Parts: sequence; C-alpha cells; structure tokens
Amino acid sequence: MTSDTQRHELEPVAGNGLLHRRLFLTQGAAAGAALLTARAAGAAPLDVPASMKTPGVPPSAYGERSPHEARVQRIAQSAAPSLGTGSSRTPLESLEGVITPSSLHFERHHNGVPDLDPATHQVLIHGLVERPLLFSIDALSRYPLVSRIQFLECAGNSAGNNAPEPPQQSAGGIHGLLSCSDWTGVPLAVLLDEAGLKPEGRWILAEGADAAGMSRSVPIAKALDDAILALYQNGERLRPSNGYPVRLFLPGYEGNMNVKWLRRIKVTAGPTMTKDETSKYSDLGLDGRSKLFTFPMDVKSVITSPSGGQKMQGPGLYQISGVAWSGFGKVRRVDVSADGGKTWTQAALTEPVLSKSLVRFRSPWRWSGGPSVLMSRAVDESGAVQPTRAALIAARGTNYRYHYNAIQSWKVSEAGEIGNVYV
Amino acid sequence: MFTSERGAARALLAGFVALGWVSCASGQSARVPEGPKLGVPVTEADAASWNISVGPDGAGLPPGKGTAATGAALYQAKCLACHGEKGAGKPSDQLVGGQGTLRDANAVRTVGSYWPYATTLFDYIRRAMPYVAPQSLTPDELYSLSAYILYLNGVIGENDEMNASTLPKVKMPNRDNFVSAYSEPKHPTR
Repeated sequence: MTSDTQRHELEPVAGNGLLHRRLFLTQGAAAGAALLTARAAGAAPLDVPASMKTPGVPPSAYGERSPHEARVQRIAQSAAPSLGTGSSRTPLESLEGVITPSSLHFERHHNGVPDLDPATHQVLIHGLVERPLLFSIDALSRYPLVSRIQFLECAGNSAGNNAPEPPQQSAGGIHGLLSCSDWTGVPLAVLLDEAGLKPEGRWILAEGADAAGMSRSVPIAKALDDAILALYQNGERLRPSNGYPVRLFLPGYEGNMNVKWLRRIKVTAGPTMTKDETSKYSDLGLDGRSKLFTFPMDVKSVITSPSGGQKMQGPGLYQISGVAWSGFGKVRRVDVSADGGKTWTQAALTEPVLSKSLVRFRSPWRWSGGPSVLMSRAVDESGAVQPTRAALIAARGTNYRYHYNAIQSWKVSEAGEIGNVYV
Repeated sequence: MFTSERGAARALLAGFVALGWVSCASGQSARVPEGPKLGVPVTEADAASWNISVGPDGAGLPPGKGTAATGAALYQAKCLACHGEKGAGKPSDQLVGGQGTLRDANAVRTVGSYWPYATTLFDYIRRAMPYVAPQSLTPDELYSLSAYILYLNGVIGENDEMNASTLPKVKMPNRDNFVSAYSEPKHPTR
C-alpha cells in the first residue's frame, strides 16, 4: 500500500521494461494512470445506448457467441483428394484462461469425422482377458466417472518451427494443435478389471470407429494408471470432432494416442506396431536411428499475447500472457524475457496449477516503443527446462519432426508489428 | 504429548504408504473402484469381424496369398491416383524409395526406407485403404498389394508369395534402427 512499494514494483526487474509479476495483483491503477487523455472540449455528450431503450432477445435453447466474435476461428488445413485427412488449430492468440471452448478444440483426423449413433455404438474389450465384454454408451455412462482439466497436444504441434526460416503465422497457426478441456469419463482400469486382465497382457491396442480405423498401442501401466474413456468435454457430451460418443484420453500423452470414436480395446502381449506408432509418430534422430514410443509431451510454453500477427497499440504498459504445460506433471515456473533471452524474470502463474494441464502465466511489461524480442521458458516439477530452438535442433536435427518444445520468440518492431523470429 | 501424537501420525502415514505399495505390488484389484459391471459377455468368435489388427509376429493374419505380379494391376486400379506411379507419391504419401536418406537433412520416410515391420503394411491397408473404400479388399488382394509395395522397394522378389506365414518373416531394411523409448515402471501398477 505504501508509495515505496508502488515505486519498487514499477521498477523494471529484467531488461527492456519487464516489471514485477505482482504489479497487476497489487495496484494496477497507479501504474496505468500515467497517460490519461482528456476528451476534447466541446465534444458531444455521451449517447445513451440503444440497447437500454429496446427489449433484448429472449433466452435460447443452445447458446451462440456474439456475432462480433465470429472472426475467432480454427485454422483448418486439408487437401484434396483426402479432405478428411487434416487438422484445424486452436486460435490460441484469441483465447484467455486455460479452457479451450469445445468449438475451438483442435482437430486432427485421418479419414474424416464419423457420424456415430450413441444408441448403437459399442466398445469391445477383448484379447488377453478372462471375459471379452461389450459396453454400450448407456452402460458406460453409469460407471463411476472422474473429471480432470487436462491438455491435449498433437505430437506434431509446433513442427513448423523446424523450418530454416521462421513461419510467419499466429501463435495458434504454429502451436494451435494444443487445447485444454475438462474431461469426464470412466477409468479404463475399472473396465479392464471387469474383463479380467491376464498376466501376460502388457499392452493394449486402442482402435477408433472412423474410416481410418485409427489405432495405437498403449502400455498397460498407463491404461491402469490415469487413462479414461472420456464421455464429456467441458460439461457436455464430446463433440463429434473430438470422438463422440467416446474417446480414449491419456493425460500428458501425445494426442494421436487419445483414440477418438473408440470402438475396441484389445489387450496384447506387446505393441501391435501400427502404422501411426511406427512410420509416423516415431522420432528420427541425427544418427539415422528412430525412437519408438516417446509418449509424454515435454515441458513447453508460448506467449499468446502479444504474439505473431498482432500489433502493439503504442508504447506503454502491457500484460504479457501465455500458456505453459507439461506431460510430466505440473508446471513449476515460467520465466519471461523482453530482450531476446539476455535477462529473464518470473511470470505469475494463475491458480490452480494442475498436473498435465495448461496454466496461464502473466507478466507486466512496459514497452518503450523500441525493438524487442519476447520469450517464455517453462520449467516443470520434474525439473525439465524448456530448451532453446538452437539447443533442441543441435541435439536431434530436424528430421525428428515430433515433440518440438523449444522456446518461442516473438519479435516486436518499432512500428509495433509482431512476428516469429529465431534467436 | 505433542511428540507422541506426531509419532502416531507418522506411523499411520507410513502404514498408508506401505498399504499402497503392497497393493500395487500384489495386484490391481485392490486399487480399482468397483463398477456396476454392465459389460455384456461376447465370444472372440463373435468379435472376429472387428478383430482386424495384425501384430508384428503375424498374429491376426487371415488365410490367403498374393504376389507382386497380381498386386501390380490392383495398384493401378485402386492406389495409383493418390500414391503415384510405382509408389512415387503425390498427392499422398510416397511409398517407395528413400533408402539411404535417413541421415540426410531431408530424410525420405517410405515403406522401404523406414517402416520396421511388413505386417504393418497389411494391417494398415486392410483398415484404412483405399481411402474412399476402407475394409473393401479381400485377403488375397491385401497380400498382393503388400507384396507389390515390398517388391517395388526391393525387399522381396516379384514372384515371392506373401501369406500369413511369409509376411511376418520379411525383414524390413530399417528394422534394426528402431529403439523403444518406453520402459515399464519399476513399481508396476499390476
């Protein structure tokens, strides 16, 4: 409350105008009050808004967003002749908090979105079990449900930054194969227990009811740990593009394994070596050798505001805002830099900080109007530190393709234009 | 008094930890919540039409056979439009070539240069191809197409028959360059 405290928190704590993370928490008003501009003398009196003179529209059965927000769209990509094979990315730069609206959750399909009837869809559990079983959606809905707020990230997210020149895209365009939802479902362990696992069953094969029969092998330890058969996303039933009426959800594991439209779980002795887990989602290193089964997504963060394609509105006080996550647990800390990584300060993490979830970080920044490079660097509870792009590519080359988790740098020009830059 | 309470709390906590560990080691049932047990029993025979996956040891391969010679015409009719002449690719994935490029800056990953198991080819074509009509090919057609793509990559001969016995024995050129990054936890959940 004292002016000493206020002055202290207005002093930069790192290069190029980064202020203490507590600034907005303690006394934002004083900091923001510097540049008030009076309305011109003789300006017209304030209009009374028309909305206060006319009745509004009645309640509706299913809500729509404001038409003024219609520009906030997923960034969709697919090409003929296989139009159902493609992706759409979450526009991270247009969102706040950590929950991704279900309509904006990213998509990655391998032969389109099937139209499944929950009255007839069934999930088969068989293979190395005592009792092969079929479960209807109604039956699954009666099991004890668990709910968790957790991220889902495609293993190929951010791979565009492997390119020799930085792609000039938005935060969502580069990193938007990332979303976070409140997922509710049945623990897979309960269903496997009912079917009676045989001791030699060490893996499962999960298979979707789509036209690609999407299939991935999952170790039994994960299946019995925190895997769920998700039925609900953000409180309502899953969206068709996210696996309606049931998908596998494997907290922290690469998106491709979270098989949508789940129709079959086969318990096996070893991995089935499907097309996706061998020829696609395997990591080819500099020595020509490839790693199979690199499941958890590594610690990572990205500043979503200000970010690529946005424009600064003149010098002054801004809030740097972004998201951080780790497939290995909780994010412990996020550091931010405004001078291309020469100096760093700790950002404020928004509570609650959840395991294998997005966490929102924020940091006050007084932009001088000069050229700047904004960066964020996350550290997770395992102690893993998000690497620089140079370090990541030196260690594994660019054929690696998946699990790209390097620090994102945004360059701010004197004109206030923001673009992707490699530092 | 205070000290002994803390001691008791510690003993209790240790008890919980021990119980948790023992139940982990002894089996999963103690840790799993009870469900309403609504699964409907089904026989593996009745589920056979859904059981389309093929393991690397060949488990799940159906009876049938085919060679590259029979696969060539099928490829022209059902695959070429997306995968190009002789698997050269475009608009969809390149299936042939790229051997020796995996250390290059732009490695070319194809069935011949990259895929570790021939069984994966059969499994994937069966479940997902042709793109516009998945699960429409007969076992003989699947063995024939698998044989043709393996032949184009120089992995088998033109007249080598692929069937449930021979396909799993095909040694893919890049097989030994894969390593598993996954290891089972030290204290498994079952």
